[in-house]
Amino acid sequence: MSQDTVHRVEIRPRAGAPDPKSDEAAREAAAVGVAPAPTRVEHASVYLIQAALSPADIEELARTLLADPVTDEFVIGAAPPRGDALIEVHPLPGVTDPDAEAVELAIQTVLGVEAVVRTGRRFDFTDTDAAGARTIAERSFANPVINAIHDTPYHPDDFPAAATHPASVVEVPLDDLDDTDLERLSREGHLFLSLEEMRAIQAEYRRLGRPPREIELETLAQTWSEHCVHKTLKARIRYEGDLPNAASRPGHTVNDDGSITIDNLLASTVAAATHELMADGIDWCLSVFVDNAGVIAFDDAHAVCFKVETHNHPSAIEPYGGAATGIGGCIRDIMGTGLGARPIAATDVFCVARPDAFSRDGSGRPLPAGCLHPKRILRQVVAGVRDYGNRMGIPTLGGAVWFDDDYVGNPLVYCGCVGVMPRRFVTGDARPGDRIIVLGGRTGRDGIHGATFSSAELTDTHADEFSHAVQIGNPVTEKKTLDAILEARDEPAGCLFAAITDCGAGGFSSAVGEMGETLGATVQLENAPLKYAGLSPTEIWISEAQERMVLAVPPENTTRLREICDRHDVELCDLGVFGTDERELILRYRELEVGRLPMTFLHEGCPRATRSARSTPPAPPERRPGGGRLRLSTGDALLELLAHPNIASKRWIIRQYDHEVQGRSVIKPLVGPAGEGPGDAAVVLPVTGSRRGLAIAQGLATGLRADPHRMALAAIDECVRNLVCVGADPDRIAILDNFSWPSCSDPESLGSLVRAAAGCYDGAMAYRTPFISGKDSLNNQFTTEDGRTIRIPPTLLISGFGIVPDVERCVTMDAKTAGSLLIMVGLTTPALGGSHYEMITGVTGSDLPSPDPAAGRAAAVAVHEAIRAGLVRSAHDPSEGGLLVAAAEMAIGGGLGVHVDTLALPVTETCPAVAACFAETSGRYLLEVGRDHLNDLSATLAGVPHAIVGEFRTEPSMTVSGADVDESIATLTQAWLGTLDW
Amino acid sequence: MGKTLIITTAGINCDRELAEAFALAGATPESRHLNELMADPAIIDAYDLIGIPGGFSYGDAVAAGRVAAQLMRHALYPAFVRAIERGVPIIAPCNGFQIAVQMGLLPGGGNDGVLPSEPPAATVTLAVNESARFVDRWTRIEIPAETRCVWTRGVTLGDETSLLPVAHGEGRFIPQSSALLAELESRGQVAVRYAADDNPNGSVGAVAGICDPTGLVLGLMPHPERYTRWTQHPWWTRLNAADRAGDPPGLQMFRNAVTHAARCAAV
Repeated sequence: MSQDTVHRVEIRPRAGAPDPKSDEAAREAAAVGVAPAPTRVEHASVYLIQAALSPADIEELARTLLADPVTDEFVIGAAPPRGDALIEVHPLPGVTDPDAEAVELAIQTVLGVEAVVRTGRRFDFTDTDAAGARTIAERSFANPVINAIHDTPYHPDDFPAAATHPASVVEVPLDDLDDTDLERLSREGHLFLSLEEMRAIQAEYRRLGRPPREIELETLAQTWSEHCVHKTLKARIRYEGDLPNAASRPGHTVNDDGSITIDNLLASTVAAATHELMADGIDWCLSVFVDNAGVIAFDDAHAVCFKVETHNHPSAIEPYGGAATGIGGCIRDIMGTGLGARPIAATDVFCVARPDAFSRDGSGRPLPAGCLHPKRILRQVVAGVRDYGNRMGIPTLGGAVWFDDDYVGNPLVYCGCVGVMPRRFVTGDARPGDRIIVLGGRTGRDGIHGATFSSAELTDTHADEFSHAVQIGNPVTEKKTLDAILEARDEPAGCLFAAITDCGAGGFSSAVGEMGETLGATVQLENAPLKYAGLSPTEIWISEAQERMVLAVPPENTTRLREICDRHDVELCDLGVFGTDERELILRYRELEVGRLPMTFLHEGCPRATRSARSTPPAPPERRPGGGRLRLSTGDALLELLAHPNIASKRWIIRQYDHEVQGRSVIKPLVGPAGEGPGDAAVVLPVTGSRRGLAIAQGLATGLRADPHRMALAAIDECVRNLVCVGADPDRIAILDNFSWPSCSDPESLGSLVRAAAGCYDGAMAYRTPFISGKDSLNNQFTTEDGRTIRIPPTLLISGFGIVPDVERCVTMDAKTAGSLLIMVGLTTPALGGSHYEMITGVTGSDLPSPDPAAGRAAAVAVHEAIRAGLVRSAHDPSEGGLLVAAAEMAIGGGLGVHVDTLALPVTETCPAVAACFAETSGRYLLEVGRDHLNDLSATLAGVPHAIVGEFRTEPSMTVSGADVDESIATLTQAWLGTLDW
Repeated sequence: MGKTLIITTAGINCDRELAEAFALAGATPESRHLNELMADPAIIDAYDLIGIPGGFSYGDAVAAGRVAAQLMRHALYPAFVRAIERGVPIIAPCNGFQIAVQMGLLPGGGNDGVLPSEPPAATVTLAVNESARFVDRWTRIEIPAETRCVWTRGVTLGDETSLLPVAHGEGRFIPQSSALLAELESRGQVAVRYAADDNPNGSVGAVAGICDPTGLVLGLMPHPERYTRWTQHPWWTRLNAADRAGDPPGLQMFRNAVTHAARCAAV
């Protein structure tokens, strides 16, 4: 509690000055659809400043620091109402407020006065009543999870202080609990441990002869959470159902009854492929599956690393904060790989429901209670990635958006980050005696139970129950921390620390627990700097407050490290020491021992479950080949496909991301002279002065989810094709898996995971693309208030990066020259199952395509040879939407016209015209080749099926032989750009 | 020779590419933290060139560049005046531009050859983009023939290459009056303009960058430091050898300044 007055200042544009923030607020308000709709919305910024300052000081502060002297005016206190209703949105106590922190710093530096600052936003509505204004605020401007909404100007006498939780040792007796009690304790304590795991803990404490303390139970719950330990993927699985070549798969045993036992799914599939490939000559994998990111060699002196994370559940509840802290956390993984890598690129993939499918006004399906509208989710997750990535100065270079209505309650947010580091920094290990040093943000109550929450299933009440799991990030804190860490790493006398990791899920409990696994650690919890007083030792220990890194620092280096941190305004604290006699984790708060756990039990005590999995081939969907939609002309189908949200231009998103920062981007996400061509992959230059590049791309084939094995093969193929299209060497591609699945306690769901993992193994082996890292998120479903469960489609994201030997040889997808030829490489099959053509026509029951990875690998190698030899002017992968969509995209990208001859298409068997145009057969490439290079190209592609299937031309239209298409490029462009032009 | 100060602080994130651009142009860049400079402003006196990089200094809290500008106005203005009086070329792209206009360096006083001893109040601003949204793209640019800017004067632009990348949410140039804009134009202080049909943020007069009356201090929203190699051009895979002859326009600007600094030192 402070005695100082809280001053209030409002800032708004002067009359007549441009006011885009109000215009944007008015657009958002109109979209909410309340009646009567406001005719005008005025936005103002509000600053609440608690400091020992005179009215004259405050006026000076408003004039020089808060208002723009050219365009703004300010009011001390609150302006009278400027319309018919007023709403203010302020962060709830304890929610991170980065702007307020910067204003505090400025006041301190310029005036030498300590201040406490809070920021807020005021909206004045004209022609809307108070109820309407509140509805608009709730649906568009505020999220009750992090914001308070006021309908008068908010001007408190003092800021509310956070509740104080005293430091005490809380014991939780387990000895007398029966199974029902154990399960109840697990659920009600938000531990989310299984009965078997609760029993293991009960037994361990019986052995120790004492009851567990609360902080110990919490530590076990964090460390054993699905999120941290991946216990499903590492479990023993008994699988019933078909699995190709089951007997010859590593780690798979076919039992007498025909069932298959898989001993550790992860080790037997994804990781097995990597280790087999490494045994078979791939010598450029430097660190796989053990660190925060996978690391491969880039050149003789440098390594590059890649990590992709999901942040699904936080994004469902607070999309902006969820996505921002998703990318923030993934960046910290890169900062915490080896002895620290420099982040050089970010990626993002979002899966949401179709924005026009749900509504409150009856025009679409009703939005289930507890869900945010998909349009709001998408806008907010984009804003979250934008604001975090741009502020960190990391170019966001690639991504995708996939729409399916079953993501309505559980959207997916995948964030990826790529880093570069000198090879001598690839590994690090803490040593006994090293200090446990924390750099970066302060610890607060934010994000408590994030790890256990993300391992649970979402329901309509989760937003209330888990609001404390939501975190708001402060990217500038993370950027300062990055600057300090890289300076400490590059210290001329040698790196100042022995190991580093990030504080992610589970907070200190996971970071210190992992780093000290083989050493033990003693932690002095009161040393952690806090955002506000009153946290209990348990809260400090498990808080997932953002922007914190944990380092193991030899004692003699701490002074130098502190100097570097001071210069960067980065807080540093000494939390304790690694190494105990008995390999224990000892938690202390002042003189009090609050917890003590053997590291062996913490890391090896989690019982290994045997899980049941089953795959029942889905009844073939009813064939509905007839119906009016089939009479759709080919031209109209092409227009609808270009406008399909999965395919339509994502420029609305891409242009909000800085993809040029750091100056390394050689191939940008949008290519061609108008900047409208959808590039297959981005290419960056990781090492200054070198022409060696790194291509980054994704593959996602959710359309094939009816057979997860094929889905995995197709996703790997698509990722490889995207990389090869820009010039990456298919012999230097590494990939990552991210499984987002519905609950795997359902054997069918786990069965589909088994099949997808088998596909990952087969794909990695066939393409010789080792997996180097991965992550799973296995509880993605939403239970509505009436008890209905909405399961997401099983979604496998494959991310990959590949080395481009010389970026001067890079190729983009925009068609370059009228008169050059369009070549299709690879065979097309008639199977249309899971294609976008099926989606737009409503036809079901077509055959699912069967990827041919051997042919895909051969095509990739041959196309790379052709690109390397300079024979290819442009290259693009025909995936979503098929041949015509890809050819149209090349023409749109290059500002040229195109003629396509589908009759010339190389096919496996007779292909109906519709399949020739729209099949999404994997393993295919479209190349633009000059007539003078045709012979050389044919020689280079010898043995790989290919044919001339068209020609680019000056006349700006697209025509197709064998189908009724004659559309102007302008019409196609309009269809393609219009859908997501938000 | 060409000793260059790159100022970094919390949230600055274009310092490395700015340093690289100076290095490609033959200068020797060094990064120093704003906290060091505030503690000892005389450090600045040892440099021949200065770069205030882009980024989101202090998170762009309140407004872009506002907090950094207040700190630098408070502690470093006299040191910058001394640098300008020594003939030191200063470049401030993007966040640097936002800082420079608020710390009193741009459009700058001193039309009579004497720089004001106290930082003047800002007379131009870089407001929220007309679209209210961050935008990243390459825009076509023009360099006014009459500019007095040491950095942009004489830069050669080809049909396919007269571009610069922009990436900002608050870049809309607004002068406090139309008379001020006319003055800046007549004194050759407009250093870069967006092409008439390619204004990415609604800037008044399509102004992309201005210089001070000495021509030494350039502030601009685009990032010339991200256009120093041809493979940074957004459609370089379509350019022919003639298009790619010579240095990209961004690098030419840095060469101009390094040459100017060398000439200054020789005199």
